[in-house]
Amino acid sequence: MSILVYAEHDNSELKSAALSAIACAQQLGDDIDVLVAGHECGGVAEQAAQVAGVRKVLVADGEHLAQRVAENVAPVIEQLAADYDYVVAAATGGGKNVMPRVAAKLDVQQISDISAVVSADTFVRPIYAGNAMATVQSTDAKKVITARTTSFEPVAAEGGSASVESVDAGSDAGLAQFVGAELSGSEGPELTTARIVVSGGRGVGSAENFKLIESLADKLGAAVGASRAAVDAGFVPNDYQVGQTGKVVAPDLYIAIGISGAIQHMAGMKESKVIVAINKDAEAPIFEAADYGLVADLFEAVPELEKSV
Amino acid sequence: MKVLVPVKRVVDAYVKVRVKSDGSGVETNNIKMSMNPFDEIAVEQAVRLKESGVASEVLAVTIGPAAAVEQLRTALAMGVDRAMHVDAEEGVEPLAVAKTLNAICDEEQPELVIMGKQAIDDDSNQVGQMLSAMRGSAQGTFVSGLETGDGEITITREVDGGLEKLKLPLPAIVTVDLRLNEPRYPKLPNIMKAKKKPIEEKSIADLGIDTAPRLKTVRVEEPPARAGGVKVSSVSELVEKLKNEAKVIQ
Repeated sequence: MSILVYAEHDNSELKSAALSAIACAQQLGDDIDVLVAGHECGGVAEQAAQVAGVRKVLVADGEHLAQRVAENVAPVIEQLAADYDYVVAAATGGGKNVMPRVAAKLDVQQISDISAVVSADTFVRPIYAGNAMATVQSTDAKKVITARTTSFEPVAAEGGSASVESVDAGSDAGLAQFVGAELSGSEGPELTTARIVVSGGRGVGSAENFKLIESLADKLGAAVGASRAAVDAGFVPNDYQVGQTGKVVAPDLYIAIGISGAIQHMAGMKESKVIVAINKDAEAPIFEAADYGLVADLFEAVPELEKSV
Repeated sequence: MKVLVPVKRVVDAYVKVRVKSDGSGVETNNIKMSMNPFDEIAVEQAVRLKESGVASEVLAVTIGPAAAVEQLRTALAMGVDRAMHVDAEEGVEPLAVAKTLNAICDEEQPELVIMGKQAIDDDSNQVGQMLSAMRGSAQGTFVSGLETGDGEITITREVDGGLEKLKLPLPAIVTVDLRLNEPRYPKLPNIMKAKKKPIEEKSIADLGIDTAPRLKTVRVEEPPARAGGVKVSSVSELVEKLKNEAKVIQ
């Protein structure tokens, strides 16, 4: 079986999500080629060639691919897809944006956000915000898949020696035009790959108070996350959101502070190995998911916790 | 500008879903059903475009069994001009939904399609992108800001690192995220009026759409339950447990 993996990157660095997508691909077959589509992304291609288990790295380099807008990237993938049994990407913002466009062009019913590979045509995926797990069998000859990054341990970034070759980068579709980006560029580890995540919710109360969360995270070397309520209230930017419609995380330790535990939030963090909840409401649903629950005023407990770790 | 808004009937976001004991799916009998929350945001945005004079007509479309007409009534009560029900069995897959919407776009020629980024039942997050590919148009996914211009729109998208702005030529497909707006509650007189408005009826078969499923649901199960946790009485006890029992901090 041959697999094309569409790799997530920012033109300079191959993202961990790509390593998870490759891990997913390894469960499907041995002939794994990685597509790096971007602009001046030779460095990323070199990194991809080092990844364990990669056969070939295909580079599509063009100015129109610099921001990887879906309208320009999808045709590149679509054209290459003819030679593969599977097309796989991580179910990140980038993968979610481009892959259904590819699937539609191939007349394939995409299988989104899979959490396990059962067999060559059968996969497990969460539905209803992870409150049910569906095992689905695809009857499409070619399969288009996005993989939940937290379900596939990233492969080793080194140990491989794949060949790198250029492929047709296509041309500008003349549709979406990039205007600009406002990246929050938070310091500290990346939310989706951090070993520890400290998240704050509505109970934190304000953007100012969120410094408590950030300070604890800093002390623990953790990434900062948030519930939808905290993002909607403007305490933190949108890319902090953990949940069904935000990011899915599965760190070794997840500390939920002032988060009540809506289903939609739990969907994004319940695969964490150890969950700690700090909330003054003893009835908050978050305590049902927590390994360790502390009923306390976060404004007292969090500074104390910071001092003791 | 004509705006098309697809809406989906789903289990209400606040219902705790239960898996059927035979593993065939999720219980939907006698369960509160609602418009997919993301679609509500899409309807709200379309109605605002109408109210500000940018949209000339807003058409809401749903694909599903007769019961889905209820969600069209909600859309009418919120302020859409027309409502169309495409009769189909439950569980039409995203690819076939996109093909159906494509056929309707052929007839209606909307300049803008606004829809939810995903439905909260199957969480697939596919239809908008697929429809956009089929129409060869620009797509703006996960949108939290929308400005209309002359023959184009500028959208703000929520991306993994923050926000991104794109300019899209019309016609375009936009899928909306949570922070685009806060949908209104329809007023009672509008709800009453919506009950009497005509619903345009079509059937998915008449549109020539092949709805044969490509994905067979083998089974649906409860997710693995987390082992019950414990309450700790103090920060020091918490730290002790994290160090010595869970061994997740040094």
